[in-house]
Amino acid sequence: MADVIEDKIKNYRTAPFDARFPNTNQTRNCFQNYLDFHRCNKALSSKGQDSSPCEWYQRVYKSLCPMSWVEKWDGQIEDGSFPGKV
Amino acid sequence: MAHPTQLGFQDAASPVMEELLHFHDHALMIVFLISTLVLYIIIAMVSTKLTNKYILDSQEIEIVWTILPAVILVLIALPSLRILYLMDEINDPHLTIKAMGHQWYWSYEYTDYEDLGFDSYMVPTQDLAPGQFRLLETDHRMVVPMESPIRILVSAEDVLHSWAVPSLGMKMDAVPGRLNQTAFIASRPGLFYGQCSEICGANHSFMPIVVEAVPLEHFENWSSLMLEDA
Repeated sequence: MADVIEDKIKNYRTAPFDARFPNTNQTRNCFQNYLDFHRCNKALSSKGQDSSPCEWYQRVYKSLCPMSWVEKWDGQIEDGSFPGKV
Repeated sequence: MAHPTQLGFQDAASPVMEELLHFHDHALMIVFLISTLVLYIIIAMVSTKLTNKYILDSQEIEIVWTILPAVILVLIALPSLRILYLMDEINDPHLTIKAMGHQWYWSYEYTDYEDLGFDSYMVPTQDLAPGQFRLLETDHRMVVPMESPIRILVSAEDVLHSWAVPSLGMKMDAVPGRLNQTAFIASRPGLFYGQCSEICGANHSFMPIVVEAVPLEHFENWSSLMLEDA
């Protein structure tokens, strides 16, 4: 399972089509992957497991989300004012 | 790009735009045929001395001029829907580029691998080199590999803008806080020009878009150079 994910990350080109977000508005796609990355990190590190599978979510949100949005959210997470549930 | 006294569309640079061009030819031909027929009938009616005061109805012609327009509408609708669904196909992009609208310039972000981002300002008229186009050239172009499906995510950092490139058949509104997705394939290498298409303040007419489609190796060289410069 981990190999499959590792392969996918190694052969990553760009964010693939996500059937959960089939329409023009991709705002939620970007935000969801950002959330999923941080939740994945939190969940795996709290169990003491390797969090390298979470890299997939990071690659996807980096592809989709504008850099200014990511900087703002990263700042909010540091401050503790991030509105999403991580 | 557009040229003086142009009447039709710009030359198509993507498969979708080619389809739109052909569909427009088809629909416009129907429009011309109907208009010519109507104009002929008007002239014929107005320029005759003959009169007929005794026609009350006619089932046959009523049937013809009901069925025939319905058929014509179907002949327009079918190709139109075909293109609509073609544009909606699930495509598997090779590259994602973000186009962010600002007052009054565009910025492009290529973040699939490294964080490459740069601004694209219009070249002022007094700084144009000979042969360059007034109000259309930019200091940095959005370079893309040709013949690859590319996803563009359009957004804005302040007010509404709109990212439009007519020869690629593309226009997508740039809304702050929203990420709008569109996709294209550049069928041939070249420079494709566009302009901001949503009023956004004093310099709305002065924030153009230039897409430069190049072979893949040239794109890779360009992105390495841009990353070094940044």
